[in-house]
Amino acid sequence: MPKHEPTSDIKREGPEDEERAAGSEDGPPSGMSRRSFIQGVGGTAVATAAMSSSTHAEADAAEGAEGVRVASITLNINGEAHAVSRVEPRTTLLDVLRNRLEYTGAKPVCERASCGACSVLFDGKPVYACSILAMDAEGHEIITVEGLLDGDNLHPVQEAFVEEDALMCGFCTPGFVVSVAALVAENDDPTLDEVKKALSGNLCRCGTYTRVFAAAQTAARRVREGA
Amino acid sequence: MAVIPWKPAGDMTHVTKDTVRVDAVPKVTGKAKYAYDVLPKDALIGLFVTSPYPNCKAVAIDTAAAEALPGVKAVWVDEGKVCRMAGEFVAAVAAETRDIARDAARRVRVEWERYPFVVKADDARQTNSAQVHGSTRPNVNRATDDEAGDVEAAFEAAAAVVDGTYSTQVQTHTSLEPHGMTCRWDDTGENLRVWASTQGVFSVRGELAGALEMPESNVVVTTDYMGGGFGSKFGAGVEGIVCARLARDAKRAVKLLLTREQEQTNSGNRPSSVQHIRAAADADGRVTAFDMEAYGTGGYSAGAGFPAPYIYGVLGDPSGIPNRRIVRDDVRVNAGNARAMRAPGHPQASFGMEATMDELAYALGIDPVELRVLNDPNETRQAQYRDAAERVGWSRRSADPGAGAGPVKTGFGIGGATWGGGGGGTRATVEIHSDGSVVVKCGTQDLGTGTRTVVAVVAAEQLGLAVEDITPLIGDTRFPPSGGSGGSTTCAAVAPAIKVTADTALATLLTRVAAALDTDAENLEAVDRSIRRIDDPSASLSWSDACALLGAEPISETEQHDGSLSSSGTAGVCAVELTVDEETGDVRMQKVVSVQEAGLVIDKLTLESQLIGAVIQGISYALHEDRVMDRILGHQVNANMEFYKISGTMDMPEIEPVVWMTEQSLSRGVIGIGEPPVIPVAAAIGNAVRNAIGARVAGLPITPRRVLEALEREGRAQG
Repeated sequence: MPKHEPTSDIKREGPEDEERAAGSEDGPPSGMSRRSFIQGVGGTAVATAAMSSSTHAEADAAEGAEGVRVASITLNINGEAHAVSRVEPRTTLLDVLRNRLEYTGAKPVCERASCGACSVLFDGKPVYACSILAMDAEGHEIITVEGLLDGDNLHPVQEAFVEEDALMCGFCTPGFVVSVAALVAENDDPTLDEVKKALSGNLCRCGTYTRVFAAAQTAARRVREGA
Repeated sequence: MAVIPWKPAGDMTHVTKDTVRVDAVPKVTGKAKYAYDVLPKDALIGLFVTSPYPNCKAVAIDTAAAEALPGVKAVWVDEGKVCRMAGEFVAAVAAETRDIARDAARRVRVEWERYPFVVKADDARQTNSAQVHGSTRPNVNRATDDEAGDVEAAFEAAAAVVDGTYSTQVQTHTSLEPHGMTCRWDDTGENLRVWASTQGVFSVRGELAGALEMPESNVVVTTDYMGGGFGSKFGAGVEGIVCARLARDAKRAVKLLLTREQEQTNSGNRPSSVQHIRAAADADGRVTAFDMEAYGTGGYSAGAGFPAPYIYGVLGDPSGIPNRRIVRDDVRVNAGNARAMRAPGHPQASFGMEATMDELAYALGIDPVELRVLNDPNETRQAQYRDAAERVGWSRRSADPGAGAGPVKTGFGIGGATWGGGGGGTRATVEIHSDGSVVVKCGTQDLGTGTRTVVAVVAAEQLGLAVEDITPLIGDTRFPPSGGSGGSTTCAAVAPAIKVTADTALATLLTRVAAALDTDAENLEAVDRSIRRIDDPSASLSWSDACALLGAEPISETEQHDGSLSSSGTAGVCAVELTVDEETGDVRMQKVVSVQEAGLVIDKLTLESQLIGAVIQGISYALHEDRVMDRILGHQVNANMEFYKISGTMDMPEIEPVVWMTEQSLSRGVIGIGEPPVIPVAAAIGNAVRNAIGARVAGLPITPRRVLEALEREGRAQG
């Protein structure tokens, strides 16, 4: 993992910065502001519409690419401050994590808030990083699956996933690990139904669910007994 | 040296036991790098432009506006491309960021010539239908027209005749990691480095080298980790070839993975089926005749075949149902093509056949388990039906469907499966170094099934080491060749190759250290991280001391698969308990038992995960998944993950995986089982719904609406 120098002074590069800064203050406690929701579901719809309507496409492309209003931001990820330059307003947290900072644990799968493979902890709550704008993540504590490690030691949830074989291809696994970590931090004795509900925002295609349930309960027991 | 048979299962240290997946830690910590995670410095992002119409031609493609955009470094066009589906790839761009690539793709101007289209199989069969391929090919192709015995005579003599029409939907693979890869050329422009999400590193290499007209030896393909394929990821595909071309033109690395929408529409599916089946049985319950007229669609040019009458004797097989007639059509529509999907054809075949068997059981008043034991020629499955039934609680099954108070009814159902498997065509290298380290190289790949773990387990078993002592290296064309991971052949191909190679490497080691123990190699064995004399176990060397004697000449042996160590042909049975709410039509799975023969089990833990996963995919197929096409626009309306439903956590029942580890099965050698356990799940669920409510839901997926319609047909609708 490359080291990024912490930057306390945020350098603004675009005229829209004030608006953005205001937006991040009443940022998304649930991880889903109206703006991030529109960004999440709107991208594909716009692309599809533009395909058959060239005038719309022209206008949209011009604003997105040639308007290039960018900013430098600082994100608090896994306890470290990361300065990221040239961030566009439309850039998602997931994009920054994966393509600018090399935190590739969170995966892009549905890219519109329906599968949970990109889950990260946002002030302790699990959110979909594909549907949070990078700028909205400023000032919040982001923990990715990589950040659950304590040095070289696995988090109890990670340990339980390994033992219970709660994974196959592993592409959804970081998202599940993050969601289970959030669950056991809040409830160290969840019933099976509570586990299912807590993980209902994560999809797996290989079919690991029942072993993930077992891992969640094993992890909760460890957390409970360790406390 | 002669191939040594497997040790008896009882003498195994690791094989047949539970071994924790060797690559679990990188997967749970986010450190495993998938093709989608590889991003070389300065890599460009590639993105396709797709056809907006379901039957059209890209007459002219203008990329000038896209290329003028700052950050766009290369474009690809397929001018003149005829697209038989909406979403076909006609152009692509490579740009500095995904956002710029998206902007550029929107600026590609395409002049389209549009043709009439049809996207539903029922419509495409009509004589006045639009033609998928214009005048060049008809929409309907008779794929099977065959007969054995005397079907009509058997129907006349029968004690019971049943007649039903069963249908299965188009199911998409919905791999979480989309198809695609990252390509990087070296400075000479002659060597290509590829990180692909694939089930076959060598097949990707071959296709790329062919398309780019370059030697295969100049292409290196790596798949360290891949996020699901289920049969859809064998070739480089258009996406791979275009990625390599964009990278060559831009002289930069290019990463091109499909968008979720493209993944859903363009990367394969399980074809649909409509099966009109008549069947006859004698008074004892022996099925005497099977008559099927069927059709289905595999898209605009792929077939939609399936074996029938499935496990009760397919065409050309002398055992099973004696009188059979099968007529089956492939129907072309303007939609995405089928590809192999986990046990291609079998779940469809199972759904129609097992429903037919159940209806015969009801008609004759025979228990469905007993009817299957009577008719199924496979002895292992005969025992498995009884075992699975007992485990699921079959004795609680009501023979009087729909009876009992209250709207929530309980039902039980069962179904069987067969699969070939087998394996071959795999080589491996085992290196033993003077520091005691052991490296095993094999050019197979791990789809999430546990292949990397299989490599380590077998090597550890043969060398008397612990699993963690082995460094398994797979997923790279620079390693000895192995086939694509399909047909459930991987484990049965890889495990024997590793065993033979490890045996040879060990023999070399024993020969080289024999003098130090004052004996011959034949009098030595490797046990518990040591080399010891068979006649005097107290005379031994630790593994590391023995390896230290190798000095500057480490051992490197390469051998290949031997057919005596693997087998093919496997049996499995699925039994389910579920409840149906007759007021809402809601089906809730309660318990699923999956019993599966697997020959010699290499890792029981990951094998059980395969069974669980197959059950879950089977539930998803039975109750939730459906590719929905829009008749008016010709698009898939649910090419995403919120409206193309796959089962989630709230849909999960208790699942009991049962690995069939009889002495006889364990002695058969290794048999892969990635596919078979998915086959009978939907059939067993359909039968359990029938048992619960006394009405047959004859079409997949079994949605609440279909349940309520079935109740209404039976005059049993509530309210």
